[in-house]
Amino acid sequence: MDDMLFYDRLQFAFTITFHYIFPQLTMGLSLMIVFFKWKFLRTKSVKYNDAAKFFMKIFAINFTMGVVTGIPMEFQFGTNWAKFSELTGSIIGQTLAMEGLFSFFLESSFLALFIFGEKLMGQKLHFLTGFLVFLGSWASGWFILATNAWMQHPVGYEILDNGKYVLTHFSELFANPWLLPAFLHNQVASVVTSSFVVASIGAFYVLRQKNIEYGKLFLKTGVIFGLISSLLIAFPTGDWNAKNVAKYQPASFAAMEGIFETEEAGAEIVLIGQPNMVEKKLDNKIAVSNILSFLTYQDWDKKIQGMDQFKKEELPTNIPALYYSYHIMVGLGTIFIGIMFLAGFFLWRKKLFTIKPLLWVIMFLVPFPYIANITGWYVAELGRQPYLVYGLLKTADGVSPTVSSGNTLFTLLGFVALYMLLGLLFLVLVGKTIHQGPKHQTH
Amino acid sequence: MEIFWYSIIALFLIVFFILDGYDFGAGIIHLFFAKSEKDKEVIAKSAGLFWDSNEVWLVAAGGMLFMAFPTFYASVFSGFYLPLIIVLWLIVFRAIGLEFRSQFQYQMWKDIWDKSFGVSSLLLALFFGIALGNIVRGVNLGGVENGVSAYEGHYFFLPLWNSSFSPLTAHPGVIDWFTIIIGIIAVVTLAIHGANWIILKTNSSINEQLKKVRFKLTIALAFLTIFSLVVWEIVRPNSLDNFADKPYLILFPIIYFTGVIGLFFVKKVNKEWIPLLFSSLVIAGGISSSLASMFPSILPSSNSINSSLTIYNTTINSYGLSVASFWGIVGLLLVVLYLIIQHRLRKGKVDEMDYGH
Ligand code: HDD
Ligand code: HEM
Ligand code: HEM
Repeated sequence: MDDMLFYDRLQFAFTITFHYIFPQLTMGLSLMIVFFKWKFLRTKSVKYNDAAKFFMKIFAINFTMGVVTGIPMEFQFGTNWAKFSELTGSIIGQTLAMEGLFSFFLESSFLALFIFGEKLMGQKLHFLTGFLVFLGSWASGWFILATNAWMQHPVGYEILDNGKYVLTHFSELFANPWLLPAFLHNQVASVVTSSFVVASIGAFYVLRQKNIEYGKLFLKTGVIFGLISSLLIAFPTGDWNAKNVAKYQPASFAAMEGIFETEEAGAEIVLIGQPNMVEKKLDNKIAVSNILSFLTYQDWDKKIQGMDQFKKEELPTNIPALYYSYHIMVGLGTIFIGIMFLAGFFLWRKKLFTIKPLLWVIMFLVPFPYIANITGWYVAELGRQPYLVYGLLKTADGVSPTVSSGNTLFTLLGFVALYMLLGLLFLVLVGKTIHQGPKHQTH
Repeated sequence: MEIFWYSIIALFLIVFFILDGYDFGAGIIHLFFAKSEKDKEVIAKSAGLFWDSNEVWLVAAGGMLFMAFPTFYASVFSGFYLPLIIVLWLIVFRAIGLEFRSQFQYQMWKDIWDKSFGVSSLLLALFFGIALGNIVRGVNLGGVENGVSAYEGHYFFLPLWNSSFSPLTAHPGVIDWFTIIIGIIAVVTLAIHGANWIILKTNSSINEQLKKVRFKLTIALAFLTIFSLVVWEIVRPNSLDNFADKPYLILFPIIYFTGVIGLFFVKKVNKEWIPLLFSSLVIAGGISSSLASMFPSILPSSNSINSSLTIYNTTINSYGLSVASFWGIVGLLLVVLYLIIQHRLRKGKVDEMDYGH
C-alpha cells in the first residue's frame, strides 16, 4: 500500500511539474502578445505586429505541449486518484468541468484563428481573437486554482454518511478566501516568466548583434513587464498568500518558515539555515528577530506557533523539502526584484543596451522564474500534506484501490521517457524559432 | 437531472467522435494511401488545423463525467488503467506528429512525424472501438472470485488481455475477440469518415482513388455490422430488450443504418458534404444505439454479486447536478457559437491556407 501511494504521488508530481512548465508561459505570454498587438493597432508601427507574430510561434509550440501534457492530468484524477474522485467529484468536478467548457474551448477555438486568420479577418478582429485566447488561458488558471483552493481550504460542502463530499453552496467555491490571492499571485508569477523569456530573447539578439531592432524592443518590453510583475509578486500578492497560510494552515506555515519552537514574544525571520529533523532545529541559521511577526500580523511581538505546537500527524510530511522550496521561491523573488530594478534603471538612463554583463545576466535568467514557479507549487502542495483535502481527507485514502504499484511504476517510467522526448523536441523547436528571428513584414 | 447530464455527456462524446473522428480517419488514410509529399502535406494540414479544437470535446466530456457521475469516472478510469494511459501516450504522439512535421524541411523528419500521426490515429481508433466494446460487454465489478468481492463492489481492474481472448470467461481482458471486432468497426468507420473529410477539404490527387476506397470500406462496414450484431447477441443476450420495451429507441439504430445505406449511394451526389453527413450519422447512430441498449446501465456487471453501474447509483447530489445545469447550458451555447464561427472562417479547401509556421 505504501509503495503504491509513493508511485502514484511521484507520477502525479512528475506529470504536473512537467505540465506546469508550459501553462505558465502560455498565460503570461498571451498577455504580452495582446500588448504587442494593441501597440500595433495604436501606433501602426509594423515592428509590434512582427513581435506579436514571432511570439505567437513560440506560443503555438508551447501551447501544444501544454495541451498534450494537460490531458494526462485530467485523466489521472480518475486513473490514479479514483477514491478521491469518487468522494469529491460533486465539488471539484464542477470547477474542472467548467474549465473545460469555458476556458479550453475558448482558447483552442480562437488560437487557430489567431494563428492563421490574420489575412482573413482584418486587424481589429485579429486583435480580438488574440484577446480571447488570453482570456481563455487566464480563465483556465482561474478554474484550476479554484479546484486547488478547495483542496487547500474546503468550503461550501457537506460530508454524507457514506463519506462522500457533496456541494451545498456553489458560489462559495469561487468566494473561497484562498482563491483570489492564490490566483493573483499565480498569474503575476506567469507574467514574470513570460517577461523574463521576452527580455532574454531580446538580450540574446542585442548581444549577438542580430535582429537588433527587435532585440531592443523585446528587452525594453520584457524589463518593464518584468519589473512591475516582480514587485507585485512579493507585495501585495506573495505577502497576502503568506498571511493566508498562517491563518488557515498554521502547521504548514511553521514548517515552511522553519520555526521549530513557538516564539512567544515575536518570531524571527529565517534567511538561511538547514532544517535538522533529528534535533528539531535549524543548522547554520541566520535570522532577523521579530520581522516575521511583523510581516504576518503587523505586530512586532505577536506570538507565532512553532512546529512544537502540532501533533506529528498534523505536520507536513516532508518538512525540509517544504522549507527549501519556500526559501528558494522567496529568495529568487528577491533576486528578481534586484536585477529588474537595475535593468529598469539603466533602461531609463538609456544605457541598458550597452551594458554587456547585465545583458548576459538577463539572458541566462530564464530558467529561474520557472524554478520559482515550480517551487512555489511545491510549497502549496507539500504544505497540504498529509492531507489531500486539507484537514479532512488523507492523501493515502484518495488513491485508486485496484491499481497495483507495478502498473503505476510502468506508466511512470513511460511518462518519464515520453516527456524527455517532448522536452527535447520543445527545446529544439523553440531554439530554431529564436534562431530564425522575427520576420519583417512589409506592409 | 441524471438523464439530462447523461444525454449531454453522450452528446459531447458523439460530437467528439464526429469531429476528431475525421482527423483520426485522415490519419488512417494518410498512413495507407498518401504517397506524394504534396498529398501528405495537405492531408496532415486538413487534420492539423482542427485537431486541437476537436480534442477539447473529449476534455470537456471527461470533466463533465467527473462532475456528474464521479463513481463511474473513478471506477472506469482506474479499472481500465493501462489502456487509458496508453491512449494518453498515443494522443501525445498524434498531436506532436501533426504539429511538428512541417517545422523542418528534411524528408526524414517529416517521415517520422507522418508515421507518428498515422500509426497513432489508427491505434486510437482501434482503442476507442475496443473501449466501447468493453463497456457494452461489461466487466467483473468488484473482482468477484468464487462469490466473494475482492474490492468494493464498484471497482475492478482489467488486464490488457487474458490468454483465451474470450469475452465469455469469468475474467475477460480489455482485448478479446468481441472488443476487437468493435475496434475494427471503429477503424473502418473512421477511415470512411476521414476519406470524406479529405475529399471535402482538400484538392489532393488521391481524392478520386479515395472514392473507390470508400465504397469498398462501406461494403466491409456493412458486413462487419451484421456480423457484430450476431456476436453481440452471444455476448449480451438481452441487448435488444430495451428496444422492445421502449420502441422509440429504435430511432438510434435507424440513424445508423441510414448512414450506412447513404454511404452506398454517395458516388452520384456532387455535394461533398453529403458523404460526411452520412458517415457522421453512422458514428452518432452507432454510439447512441450501443448506449441505448444498456440504458440506464453505463457499465454492466458480469457477475451476479455486484449490481451494474447505472446513471443513478454513480451520480452526485441533486443540488450539485442542478447548479451545474445552469452553467452547463450557458457553456453549451457558447461552445456551439465557437464551433460555427470557427468552421465559417475556415470553410473551403485547406490547400492554400497558411499554417502559421
Ligand atoms: C515567479 C514565480 C514566483 C515568485 C518569484 C514568488 N512566488 Fe510565491 N508562488 C508562486 C510563484 C512565485 C506560484 C507558483 O505561483 C504559487 C504556487 C501556488 C500559487 O497560487 O502560487 C506560489 C505560492 C506562494 C505561497 C502559497 C503557498 C501555499 O499555498 O501554501 C506563498 C505564501 C508565497 N507564494 C509567497 C511568496 C513570497 C512572499 C514571495 C516573495 C518574493 C514569492 N512568493 C515569490
Ligand atoms: C491547481 C491544480 C492542482 C491540483 C488540483 C493538484 C492536485 C494534486 C493532487 C491530487 C496530488 C496528489 C496527492 C498528493 O500527493 O497530495 C498532488 C500532488 C502534488 N502536486 Fe499538485 N495539484 C495542482 C497543481 C500543482 C502544480 C502546478 C504543481 C507543480 C508545479 C504541483 C505539484 C505537486 C507535487 C510536487 C505533488 C506531490 C506532493 C506529494 O506527494 O508530497 N501541483 N497535487
Ligand atoms: C491537476 C491539475 C491540472 C489539470 C487536471 C489540468 C488539465 C489540463 C488539460 C486537460 C489541458 C489541455 C486543454 C486543451 O485540450 O486545450 C490543460 C492545459 C492548460 N492548463 Fe492545465 N491542468 C492542471 C494544472 C494546471 C495549472 C496549475 C495551471 C495554471 C495555473 C494550468 C493551466 C493550463 C493552461 C493555461 C492550459 C492551456 C494549454 C497551455 O497553454 O498549456 N493547468 N490543462
